[in-house]
Parts: sequence; structure tokens; C-alpha cells
Amino acid sequence: MNDLLLNLILTLDASFRVCTPLIFASMAGLFAERSGVVDIGLEGKLLMSAFIAASAASVFGSPWIGLLFAIFASCIFAMIHGLASITFKGNQIVSGVAINILASGLTMILTLAWFKSGGITPTLKGDERFLSITLPGVDIIDHIPILGVIYRELISGHNILVYLAFATVPLVWWVVYRTRFGLRLRAVGENPKAVDTAGLSVEGLRYKALLIGGILCGIGGAYIAIAHNAQFTKEMTAGQGFIALAALIFGKWHPYRVLAACFLFGFLDALAVRLQGVVLPVIGEIPVQLIEATPYILTVILLAGFIGKAIPPKASAQPYIKEL
Amino acid sequence: MTRDRRLSWINGLLLPLFNVLTAFLATAVVFILIDVNPIEATKVLIYGAFGYEEGIGYTLYYTTNFIFTGLAVAVAFHAGLFNIGGEGQAYVGGLGTALVALYIDPTLSAWLIIPLGISGGLLFGAMWAIIPAYLQAYRGSHIVITTIMFNFLASALMVYLLVHVLREVGQMSPQSKDFPDSAWIPFVHDVFAGMGIQIAQSPLNLSFIVALLFSAIVWFFLWHTRWGFAIRATGKSNDAAVYSGINPKKIIVVTMCISGALAGLVGINELMGVQHRLLLDFNYGYGFGGIAVALMGRNHPIGIIIAALLFGILYQGGMDLAFEMQNVSRHIIVVMQGLVILFCGGLEYLYRPILIRFLAPIEASE
Repeated sequence: MNDLLLNLILTLDASFRVCTPLIFASMAGLFAERSGVVDIGLEGKLLMSAFIAASAASVFGSPWIGLLFAIFASCIFAMIHGLASITFKGNQIVSGVAINILASGLTMILTLAWFKSGGITPTLKGDERFLSITLPGVDIIDHIPILGVIYRELISGHNILVYLAFATVPLVWWVVYRTRFGLRLRAVGENPKAVDTAGLSVEGLRYKALLIGGILCGIGGAYIAIAHNAQFTKEMTAGQGFIALAALIFGKWHPYRVLAACFLFGFLDALAVRLQGVVLPVIGEIPVQLIEATPYILTVILLAGFIGKAIPPKASAQPYIKEL
Repeated sequence: MTRDRRLSWINGLLLPLFNVLTAFLATAVVFILIDVNPIEATKVLIYGAFGYEEGIGYTLYYTTNFIFTGLAVAVAFHAGLFNIGGEGQAYVGGLGTALVALYIDPTLSAWLIIPLGISGGLLFGAMWAIIPAYLQAYRGSHIVITTIMFNFLASALMVYLLVHVLREVGQMSPQSKDFPDSAWIPFVHDVFAGMGIQIAQSPLNLSFIVALLFSAIVWFFLWHTRWGFAIRATGKSNDAAVYSGINPKKIIVVTMCISGALAGLVGINELMGVQHRLLLDFNYGYGFGGIAVALMGRNHPIGIIIAALLFGILYQGGMDLAFEMQNVSRHIIVVMQGLVILFCGGLEYLYRPILIRFLAPIEASE
């Protein structure tokens, strides 16, 4: 029994770590899509900022500098996306794809040019990355059965960015639903003409949304390279930007539901690692690929309208053209 | 000249030219950033692609894949659909081709097996596109999102099949057993040798001819058949299509199936043509490359052949470049693809305001 509990706690613990970048990226996507800009480029921004974070942390010897550079790089990509899809009214999906492919190529080219290696950055030593934090009181609570284990393994012992991710979600909720900016953001994604008529800048609001998205993706990317891992490796984001996109749809563009989706997808990922090669009673061995594919399958089923309906913001994917 | 004519001239010719040039210029900037002389790099690249027989063979071999995926993306674009799932459709299409090659009676004639293999690719590619198409047409989910999901599903499916089902007994790496000789699409150097002409060995095989053939078919289909008209009408205006008696939902499904089928042909070049077995990631990057090719080729088969050739040159020349110059790897091609998609796609209207401002007064005086 205790064994099962510990296993469960360890899987949940791993889920926290895995879902952190998903939370950052999906919250980034939430801002973009709520403002009416579809953000396929989450993956590219994660990858680029993971690479820049690892590079800067290694060169300057500080994770915080790595994080700053990562945010900067991600914001540049977000602004390229903005330039194409807001100012020049191009196809938002095409420019998102461009960002993903650019990031994939640039990270490979730059690792070679900067570090003379094919797709990896130098391994970060101890304090060059974000280390896990032991919360106060672990020793005291540890004596309490069950609760002690939960506190020690599950709640304590993550790095600062994990806690930041979970703190971000209520903040996003508050910004989107309780501030004037949030109201305008939601309006511009549903009915940009009304916002324009009210004398507000549609383009300005969308740029702001993308910039916030850029910052969040930057943190997410930095987490992957310099907190969860200790270096950048080739294509290390491995589709997490797309899973975040799936979580965003699965959570129907609402911060708390998106968080739940991120956690579900993170849990599935952690479970896939744990179940590798394990033979379960009755069912037998579950192919790891099936568990890994579950987020995508669930999202497709949801999109098909079989479990509720996912309705995106109305003006999503449409450039706003002012009538003269 | 009317305003509309003038716009079409600017949109159709000048803008694409400026956009491609900008993408090249941006690539040159990347070269300078990584301390490589762009002119030297271009020389090495062109020599690598055309300087010797083997290089030419490789160039055309890569071109073949880009023609297939470029056509796939273009057909969908004509119906106003963005098929971002070429990667997955190519992967699963290859499965169809491989199943034919692996399980058919190998004593049959190659004249039968190869067309069946091609059909397998077409069919499986189409199959992988039909669910996203159906969901878009009848359930209102967005084709871009579903095809992305299906790329990942394809990848998971293929890894599973290659690890657990199709892996050759006793083989460690996830790949199938070799195809029988009768399922090999002949290499061009072998064909030439048969005619008594010696040329350098390269992976170039007769799939290249198939690609050109399909380009012609796509051209004829889109501009000279009822279905082609219906597809283009749906892409231009959904409402107009409905008024002229076209059922856009049906068109969406048909178009996506054709698009997926075309992407599914990557497998004949890669598997029946070169590798002669099914293996992981043979499709890698061609599906996304097809987006760049279609955008650059303005969704017209001739434009696509030219753009595919350009990417073939870049792929092959890029390999030589990586070999010759320390600071460059062949991934510079990926950067360039990204830049082409950005400037020919996302930023396609970048120069329109400037061009119109400069050209309008000139034409008004005519």
C-alpha cells in the first residue's frame, strides 16, 4: 500500500515538473488567442528561448541572466509574428509555422557557430541553473504519516520556476477577467470592430498580448533548458509547444481549465515514463506510444465535438482591417 | 489600366519576386552573423548542387520529395485549406507503400508491384487526411489544429509499428526487412547503364518522373476539370461556390484526400526508390518544406517544380557546404525554409504599400 502511494506521489511529482513548460506556453497562447491571434509558433518560441537560456547561462554563469536573455529572444520572435500577422495582415498560421521552422534551424546553426557542436550547449554546473528549493518545515512535517511524504516529495523540492508557473495561472485569470486590459483583450478577440469603434487600438492590444505571450514562452523555454535539464539539446522541446496548444483548446481558453488540461497531459507524460516496460495485470503492457499520443487523441475527440465543444474566440485568425 | 489589373500585376509578379529576394538577403545576413562569407557560401552551394554528376543526381532526388509535398500543400491552398499535416501524411503514406512492398508476392512483375506501391502511398496518405478533413467539414474543428495533432499521432503510430510489429526479427534498430528487388523503383544511373551510358551513382530514381507526371496531372485537374473548378471556387468564396451548386463540405473532404495522397508519395521516392525498407523519420522535414515550396511557387505546378528544384539545390548544396565550411551545418537550409515561409507567406504584403505608392502615379500618367 505504502509502495503504491509513494509511486503515485512520485508520478504526480514528475507531472508537476513536466507540466510547468506547458503551463507557461499555454498561458502565452491564451493571451494571443484571446486577442484574436492564433499562435502556432509557441513551439518555436520555447525552442529558441531554451537555446538562448542555456547559452547565456553558460556564458555568464547565472540562470537569471539566462532567463532574461530567453525572454528577450522569445519576445523578438513574438514581435516578428506580430509584424506579419498584425501590421502586415498576413496569414497568422503561416507566420507561426515560419517561427517554428526558423527556431529549429537557427538553434542548430548557432550551436555550431557558438559552441562548435551539433545541437547542444555546454553542460551547466550547479549554480548556473535553477536548483530545487527545499521549503521550510520539511523536517518537522516529515514525521506525520502520509502528509509528511506528500509535503516532502510533492510540494517541496521544486525549482522556483515550477512555483512561478502555478502562481502565474491565478494571475492570468485575474488579468483576463478582473482588469480593464483583460476586458479589452477579450473584446478584441471576439469583436475587434467594437473595440475599434470605442476608440481603442486593436493593433496595440494585440501587440501587447503577443508581448506577454513572448515573456511567458521565454520563461517556459528557459525552464526546459536550465531548470528541468542542464543544457540545450537538439529539438529538446519535442512538441511541447503543440501539446500546450492542445491544452489551450482542451481547456477552452480559460486559465483554470487550461491548467487542468496541462496537468492532465503532464501526468500522462509522467505515467508513460513510469509504465515503460511494466506489465499490468489484465491489460498487459500498454504501448508507451499510446500514452504519449493520448493528449493528441483527446484533443481531436474534443475538437470533433464529442466531449463538449471547443469554441475559439470569434475573431481568432482574422487580421483586423479598418474600414475607411 | 484599371486599378484591379494593376494590383494583379503587382501581386502576381513584383511582390513574390521582392519577397524571395528578401528571404535570400535575410539568409545572407544569417551567414554573416555566423562568420561565413555569403558569396563564398553561395559558390560552394552551387558547385555542390550542379558541379558534378553525383551532385546533380542528389539535387534532383531531394527535388522529387519537395515536388510531392509542395503539390500537396498547394492543392489544399486552392480550396482555402492550410494542410500543415504533410509531415504525417507522408509518413503514413510511406507505410502504405511499404506494406505493399513487404507483403506482396515478390515473384510478381515490377510493372505490377511498383504501381501498386504508388497506389498504397496515395491511399494511406489520403486516409491520414480524411479524418481532419471530415472534422473540418462536418464538425467545425479547425484543419490546422487537427492536422498538427495527426502529425504527432502518425509519429507515435509509426514508432509503435516499427518497434513492435514490422521490425525485422533479430534486428536491433527499428526498421523493416528489405523490400524484394521487384519492389525497387529503378535508379536513374541503372536505367542509363541499361542504355549503355555511364553516369555517376546517386539516389536519383524514376520517382522523379512520377513527380513530374503528378505535377502535370495536378495542373490539368485544377484548371481543366469540373472538380478543379469547384475546388478553386470554394477557395475563392465559399458563398459563391454554394450559389453555383457546389457543396463545399464535400469539396473540403475531397481536396484534403488529394492533398494527403500527394504527400503520401514521398514514400515511393524514399522507400521504394532509395532505402528499400521502411524506417523511422524518412519523411523528416519534407512536409514542412512543402509549405515553403508551395508559397514560393505561388501554388502553381510550374512554380512548385522551380521552387522544389531550388530547395533540392539548397539541400544538396547545403550538405557540401557543411562539409567544406566549419561554421555551417546543413541546417542552414531549415533556416532558409523558415525565412522563405516568413517572407513569402506571413509577410507577403510587406512591400505592397510601398509598391503601390510608387507605381500608382507612374501608371496614372500612362
